[in-house]
Amino acid sequence: MEDSIRFTLNGIATNLTADPDRTLLWVLRTDLGLTGTKYGCGEGICGSCTVLVDGEPVRACQVLIKSTSGKNIVTIEGLSSNGKLHPLQQAFMDHDALQCGYCTPGMIMTAYGLLQKNPRPSYTQIIDGMEDNLCRCGAHNRIVAAIQSASHAMEGGNGHER
Amino acid sequence: MRDERMFGVEETARESGLSRRSFVKMVAGGIVLFFTVGELPSLLAQRQQRNLPSDFNAFLHIGEDGRVTCFTGKIEMGQGVVTSLAQMIADEMDVELANIDMIMGDTDLCPWDMGTFGSMTTRVFGPALRLAAAEARMVLVELASEKLNIPINKLSTENGTVFNTEDRSARISYAQLASGKKIIRHATGTVKVKEPSEFRIMATPVTRRDGEEKVTGSAKYSGDIRLPDMLYASILCPPFHGAKLLSVDVAGAKKYPGAQVIRQEDFIAVLHPHPDIAAKALVEITPKFDAPTSPLDSENIFDHLLKVAPEGKVIASEGDLTAGEKESKEIIEQTYFDGYKAHAPMETHTALVDAGGEKVTVWASTQNPFTAKEEVAKELGISPEHVRLMPVFVGGGFGGKTHNTQIIEAARLSKISGKPVQVCWNREEEFFYDAFRPAAIVKIRSGVSGSGKMHFWNYRVYYAGDRGAAQFYTIPNQSTVVYSSGWGGAEGSHPFTTGPWRAPGNNTNTFARESQIDEMAARIGADPLAFRMDNLSDKRMRRVLLAAAEKFGWKPAPAPSGRGWGIACGIDAGTYVAAMAEVAVEKSSGNISVKRVVCAQDMGLSVNPEGAALQMEGCITMGLGYALREDLRFRGGKIFDHNFDTYEIPRFSWLPKIETVIIDDKHADPHGGGEPAIILMGAAVGNALFDAAGIRMVRLPMIPERVKKALDAKKG
Repeated sequence: MEDSIRFTLNGIATNLTADPDRTLLWVLRTDLGLTGTKYGCGEGICGSCTVLVDGEPVRACQVLIKSTSGKNIVTIEGLSSNGKLHPLQQAFMDHDALQCGYCTPGMIMTAYGLLQKNPRPSYTQIIDGMEDNLCRCGAHNRIVAAIQSASHAMEGGNGHER
Repeated sequence: MRDERMFGVEETARESGLSRRSFVKMVAGGIVLFFTVGELPSLLAQRQQRNLPSDFNAFLHIGEDGRVTCFTGKIEMGQGVVTSLAQMIADEMDVELANIDMIMGDTDLCPWDMGTFGSMTTRVFGPALRLAAAEARMVLVELASEKLNIPINKLSTENGTVFNTEDRSARISYAQLASGKKIIRHATGTVKVKEPSEFRIMATPVTRRDGEEKVTGSAKYSGDIRLPDMLYASILCPPFHGAKLLSVDVAGAKKYPGAQVIRQEDFIAVLHPHPDIAAKALVEITPKFDAPTSPLDSENIFDHLLKVAPEGKVIASEGDLTAGEKESKEIIEQTYFDGYKAHAPMETHTALVDAGGEKVTVWASTQNPFTAKEEVAKELGISPEHVRLMPVFVGGGFGGKTHNTQIIEAARLSKISGKPVQVCWNREEEFFYDAFRPAAIVKIRSGVSGSGKMHFWNYRVYYAGDRGAAQFYTIPNQSTVVYSSGWGGAEGSHPFTTGPWRAPGNNTNTFARESQIDEMAARIGADPLAFRMDNLSDKRMRRVLLAAAEKFGWKPAPAPSGRGWGIACGIDAGTYVAAMAEVAVEKSSGNISVKRVVCAQDMGLSVNPEGAALQMEGCITMGLGYALREDLRFRGGKIFDHNFDTYEIPRFSWLPKIETVIIDDKHADPHGGGEPAIILMGAAVGNALFDAAGIRMVRLPMIPERVKKALDAKKG
């Protein structure tokens, strides 16, 4: 019942043999050892497992591995390039936009998807875009501020504003 | 070495215990400073017949590379002590913050610690750590004095170096001083810590030191640890609390190749190299349970709790209640209710246990690794020194991760299977096995005199405990009685396990007290802030209330004013807090939206103002959950909330504008920061709702249905 599945993972062509009905979340976390993508609720409610599939933020716990064949997957581990943090990662650090840090990868991946579609979101658009990602520590207002400042940084292409 | 405080290594080893000897052995070279924090565990050690260190419970190490390492049994779960503790050391020792390493919660490397809870890390551990760091600096100065042949009073320190104040070219680094040495000392606590005017790193905002690991996904939580041949467990969870397993057919699980079914009486689990397949296989197991018999549900629980409540304990009493009542002009009697709440950390309870080797190794999401070590040893029937808990990040605790059931399960399964086993509760299990914040009831009868002074106060709290119960307003005739101490409750009271939940008890007590105070102010037509100030002589509370009022721009008016403004204040973990909230209520639905919250906090010395503000914001945001929505629904031991779809926690759209004020008191001791502000949110929102619409909600949470009902009743 195992199949060979090919996709691009964080820019690298990946070939995997797995039961096609398994979820992307657990294949990433166990078979591929990419543990930055977190299990939070298992039902697509909390957003801790958010990754990008062909540029779209999706809940990895709801994605079957068979549906990812030929697709381009980016996880939190693939966001920085050449050891340089992505402006969103940097902004989350600069704003202390996290506490326990468990929801953070999912928050950043959802924000990444949001900024891809709308590089200069308004406050309300950020709230709407992040609404379905949950954080129990209450870092919400700083996450909004971090996304705002990353948005400026990405548009300017150099550094980022506070 | 001439110093009498110096201990030789051999001398140290002869003294008390294995534990210290092993610490000393572990450190290859450099300088070690042992110190003591709070009460020593010697009594507990005797009781448990354990060889715990009897004269220290933390230590600092200055390595031959000049780096300073602090070994402590405290853990980091988001509250930020990995940063604030390092700031204290860096400042007292004159070392750059980047040169401080924190080793937290490793039970082989760190001395025993009770656990991380009660806002005790900063207020209890912090002052001792500062003293120890100051003393470590003095040891280095003494060594430099000998080495450079310069009197101590001419030496000073900066950036990990001791130098001659009269000739700065005469200097020696901490690395050079520690190099090739092995020096063990005990802190005496006699060296003076720095004056606030000398702080360079403390009381200055610093962003989190664990930020980079957490934004890149490289931070390791217990569920992220991978070992060769490890298996993942899915464990059969009963459908309701108190359920008895009548029969079970496990054959179905075997259709998944590699699935291994474990059964020991009612303990049934599936192990598999993939966690998702273990979960699928478990679904194929068909158990039969008996039917629930408990008549209790989330509505009738309050009557039940009052019925079975034990004798009360008077914790505060003054004057004469009967006379006070007679002399009062207005008398108000009210009962307040608070339902069960889940901790709901984003990381569910998780543990990986490898019981295969000579030493049992554990990676677990726990707030009390040393307790877990004992629990694992007991479960496996081995001595605790054969168990080691490894340091990992904890994905939120809030009191819930003081219960280590998942670790015991993983230990048991690892022993049976002979393989490392990970247990990661799914969200439904997290909502089932949580040690919930207990439902509680507060009954208050109180009165105001003709001159607007509170004249009597009769306060009885059931099941929340005494934290935050005692009165701080000036009231001549008063009594506070606590029924059922703490969060546990006797057998037969709560239908499932209850436990400490961020600022345990104080959320309920502060909701009741501050609602009642507001009601009294309204009854005599007084402004809620003026009424509080008229009845307060406590200077810290007056100051914190005024600081919040100034930031908020409070303008006096008796409630209900229609503005939707509310106040609450309280004390938790030695910290004084006051909040003002602005709300709007949608009359058609009863939905409350919180527009703005201003919170002022006097926590004494604020070691990291950035971290303190972050904690206050977190408290305010999390507190909106228990104020507005969080209410565990159950009947007959069955929990109806399985996930975040029905158990609603605060989301982005709830977000008020949050402003925090930290009252700077650098000369005072530090107090708690991770819990205090959360205690205010029930009453601040409830009082603001009263101000908006003239309705008093006496039950938490203030869900739209209840608010709508109160609004309709008022309309008549």
